[in-house]
Amino acid sequence: MQVSVYRYNPETDQKPYMQDYTLDLPEGKDLMVLDVLNLLKEQDVTLSFRRSCREGVCGSDGMNINGRNGLACITPMSEALNGKKKLVLRPLPGLPVIRDLVIDMSLFYQQYEKVKPYLQNNEPAPAIERLQSPEDRAKLDGLYECILCACCSTSCPSFWWNPERFVGPAGLLQAYRFLADSRDNATEERLSELDDPFSVFRCRGIMNCVNVCPKGLNPTRAIGHIRSMLLKNAT
Amino acid sequence: MVKNITSFTGNGVADWLVQRVSAVILAAYTLFLVVWFLALPEWSYEAWSGLFAQGWMKIFTVLAVLSFVAHAWIGIWTATTDYLKSNTAVRILVQLAVILVLFIYLIVTFDAVWGV
Ligand code: SF4
Ligand code: SF4
Ligand code: FES
Repeated sequence: MQVSVYRYNPETDQKPYMQDYTLDLPEGKDLMVLDVLNLLKEQDVTLSFRRSCREGVCGSDGMNINGRNGLACITPMSEALNGKKKLVLRPLPGLPVIRDLVIDMSLFYQQYEKVKPYLQNNEPAPAIERLQSPEDRAKLDGLYECILCACCSTSCPSFWWNPERFVGPAGLLQAYRFLADSRDNATEERLSELDDPFSVFRCRGIMNCVNVCPKGLNPTRAIGHIRSMLLKNAT
Repeated sequence: MVKNITSFTGNGVADWLVQRVSAVILAAYTLFLVVWFLALPEWSYEAWSGLFAQGWMKIFTVLAVLSFVAHAWIGIWTATTDYLKSNTAVRILVQLAVILVLFIYLIVTFDAVWGV
C-alpha cells in the first residue's frame, strides 16, 4: 500500500514536501484512515497529526484525504481510495501549517468567537430553567451537532480568500444556531454584526461545506436563513 | 462587523439585493431585445432608431445601463477583494480604473439615448 503524506517541519525544512511510505495492511479489513496514520507513526515517529476520540466526536483529525476534507477516524480506506491505489494525506487547506498535518486554527476560532456562540438573554432568569417547546427545540437540530472540525470552512474558497473577514460556514452555522434559539433574545444585536458585505455575504453558495461536513450538516441552508432574517430586518 | 468603504452600498444586504434586482432587469432587457429582433420583419436603421425614440424605451435603456453599472461594480469589487489582496495600491488602482470604465459606459449610453 502506497501512502503519500505532506511533511513540513518549519525548524528544519525550507519548504513542505510529500513523503512516500509503503505499508502492509492487514487483509480483509477496511481500516480507517486514522488507523493507517497510526501504523505510519510506528514506522516514522516524527510524523505529526492530531487525533483524540477516534470516533468522529472531538473534531481534531480533520485533514485532506485524497483531495477531500474529512475526519481520518471515520473515513474508511475503501471510501478514501475510491478505486485509487494511493492514499494522499495533506493538512486542511487554507490555514497556516504548524507541522505536517497539524494546522494553526486561530483564524477559524476567531471567526467562531465573533458570532458570540453562547446564549444571551437579559431577562431575569426563572427559578429553575428557561423552558423551550419541543417545536422550538427542534429548530436547533442540524445546528448544535457541529464539532468544529473545520472541514467545511477550509474547503470554502471564500474562507480561503478572506479568513479574517468572512465568518465561514462553521461560524455561520453557529451564528444561526443562536439566532434560531427561542431562549436567546440578542437577535437584533447579532444581526447588526452580520450585515456588512463580508461576514455573511461572502458566501457564494458553492456548497463545498455541505459536501464535506462529516456530521452531515448543511451550513449553506443556515446561511440562507441568516440572509432571509437580515433581509426581513432591513427592508 | 467588517468595515469597507468601496463596496457598492457599504451594506451587505443592500449589495446583495441590488445584485439580484439588477440581474432581473438585465435579463428582461436582453430578452426583450432578442425577441424584438426576431419579431422584426426586416432589420433596418429606421426600425432601430424608431424603437429608441420612444420614451419608455429610453427609460428601459437607462434602467438597464444603471443596472449594468451596479451589477458589474458589485461583482468586480468582490473579485478585487478576493484576489487582489497583497497590494492595496494595486487593488485601489484597479477599482478606480473599473469605476472610470463604468462611468464612461453610463455617459455614452445617456448620450446615445438622448441623441435619438
Ligand atoms: S459544520 Fe460540519 S464540517 Fe463544519 S465544523 Fe461543523 S462538523 Fe465540521
Ligand atoms: S456555500 Fe458558502 S460557506 Fe459553503 S462553501 Fe460555499 S461559499 Fe463557503
Ligand atoms: S479523532 Fe476525534 S473526530 Fe477523529
